[in-house]
Amino acid sequence: MIQRTPFADALTYGLMILGFLLLIGPFVVVIAGASQSLQQVNAVPFRFMPGTHFLENASAAWTRGDLGHAMVNSLIMATLVTVGKVALSACTAFAIVFFRSPLKHLFFWTVFITLMLPLEVRVVPTYAVAADMFTPFRLLIQFLTGIEIKVEWNLLNSYAGLVLPLIATATGTFLYRQFFMTLPDELAEAARMDGSGPVRFFFDMLVPLSRTNILALTTIMFVYGWNQYLWPLLMVTDPSYKTMMMQLRALLPAENGIPDWNVTLAGSLIIMLPPVLVVAILQRWFVRGLVASEK
Amino acid sequence: MAQIDIRSVRKSYGKTQTLHGVDLIFPTGEFVVILGPSGCGKSTLLRMIAGLEEITAGEIAIGGTVVNRLEPRERGCAMVFQNYALYPHMSVADNIGYALKVAGVPKAERRRRIEETASIVGLSDYLERKPAALSGGQRQRVAMGRAMIREPKVFLFDEPLSNLDAKLRVSMRAEIRKLHQRLNATSVFVTHDQVEAMTLADRLVVMNKGQVEQVGQPLDIYHRPASTFVASFIGSPAMNLMDSRIEGGTVRIGGHAVRLSPAAASLEGREITVGIRPEQVRLSSNGTGVMAVADFVEELGSGRIVHAAMEGQAFAAAIGEEVRVQPGQPIAFELPAEHLHLFDRESGRRIEVEGPAASPVAAVPALALS
Repeated sequence: MIQRTPFADALTYGLMILGFLLLIGPFVVVIAGASQSLQQVNAVPFRFMPGTHFLENASAAWTRGDLGHAMVNSLIMATLVTVGKVALSACTAFAIVFFRSPLKHLFFWTVFITLMLPLEVRVVPTYAVAADMFTPFRLLIQFLTGIEIKVEWNLLNSYAGLVLPLIATATGTFLYRQFFMTLPDELAEAARMDGSGPVRFFFDMLVPLSRTNILALTTIMFVYGWNQYLWPLLMVTDPSYKTMMMQLRALLPAENGIPDWNVTLAGSLIIMLPPVLVVAILQRWFVRGLVASEK
Repeated sequence: MAQIDIRSVRKSYGKTQTLHGVDLIFPTGEFVVILGPSGCGKSTLLRMIAGLEEITAGEIAIGGTVVNRLEPRERGCAMVFQNYALYPHMSVADNIGYALKVAGVPKAERRRRIEETASIVGLSDYLERKPAALSGGQRQRVAMGRAMIREPKVFLFDEPLSNLDAKLRVSMRAEIRKLHQRLNATSVFVTHDQVEAMTLADRLVVMNKGQVEQVGQPLDIYHRPASTFVASFIGSPAMNLMDSRIEGGTVRIGGHAVRLSPAAASLEGREITVGIRPEQVRLSSNGTGVMAVADFVEELGSGRIVHAAMEGQAFAAAIGEEVRVQPGQPIAFELPAEHLHLFDRESGRRIEVEGPAASPVAAVPALALS
């Protein structure tokens, strides 16, 4: 604010403190609860002071939820989703921005419209395809030739099945497109004059220039991949493919069992850890990549 | 080393045609400047030579090979862009050496050639810097080094000096000229600045509205512009152009009749446009001649330019610094007949009068003043 008055200052600080409390509140509950004993966590009123039982709660959660195994699965899934999204959307935007093709705008808008179709909306058809990869082709062949073929191949209970349907991303494509469009045409032309083909141009120019973009996207997409719950729940029946989010569900106390929320809360702290680390490490670039283009 | 042949080249974007059949030959080793106002198609032509724009119709050959279907890298051209188009994430050395890296030249040789090129363009001390840390003139040099290192047959310059300040522009102009003499490649330089064009060119091509107006040596074009467009575009301040008609071997300008050479007799009765350069207009010594009223005076230091109104038309004259002129003051000018240019009023094309354009007889005092 340009104007400085004590009243406005007080109001601003008041609002900021309120916002801070609203955001930090749940974390205080989780941190406090996760380090208390069974009795303390169930005491009324709830005490917001952390206790001393965090390590034993955490190890209880770790074994009960088989979190070690789930952690590996989740890391694999989130990493593959991130890498896939970052790479695919860079390629898509590259094709849309730098190549003259008659249907370019149609393709761009098709990609853009999928922003309105998140996985949750198209989960049934996506599952149908994942459960039987050749459905569309079989129907097509049958329609064209009348021949019915029986080939079956499904992605259920596999990393490919966990990752592939999540990889297409309109957000990422859009982010790259906006960045690529700020680059002067002469850059591509100079590279052409220097003898570089499209692939070289992509790796020698666009990838290094969009570094901040890549890191920003990595941050968002890792958190997105890590937080997936519905899709793994549908795809995975084999316990060896369980992810962290699914195991969080398993950590909840049973309806008539012991109400050991301290273990649940300790487990959720462990589950939160990887995305928090990724955001903490990459947030500097994350902000820069979303806000300004590097000059 | 390569000659560039441009044969009836056309360019259209959809239905709008921007180049209407251009025929040009740029001989090996010449410095050709294409000059024209913005939107005349000069950059398009250059980009077609480079291979960055498709050729709608016609043919372009470099060194005898038709290049219409060749990729830019196969044409042996190098280009310097108006905004330099340096690779912002690469150091000066990497920028200059990128073409060699793409071509797969071994690292040691690349290094040697980068250093050699950098010393020619005076960048040896800046090899590790990023373009963002360079001044405009240095960036321009990087762009030139990047073009040079491949030892191209043809150099293409797309208004490379227009982003520089006036002083730097003059020194870079000299450097480009020196570079051309040293490399002896065919250079094509596009600009809208006539001073750049006049000073750099071995051969000047003046374009307007997608057509070539005139091709020739700069001085030739200056002294014998082929059309009113060229006449008004080349020279600063622009040539005075006045509508008139030839009557009795004279043209009437500003209520005054100027006698032409006898050779102009055959043009009797033609509607023409008469042109004269401001620097060839003289103040009348005896107070009679072509009358005009001074509007304002531009001081240039070395002289001054009087902007006057003559029968409602603007008229400019360069005069020495020893003469004082007040706005509103009527002035009598002498128009030496040998410096008059005659153009057909309808087509704007030059009318060539045999021998010296007109007799060296100065303005004849008013004959038929009514």
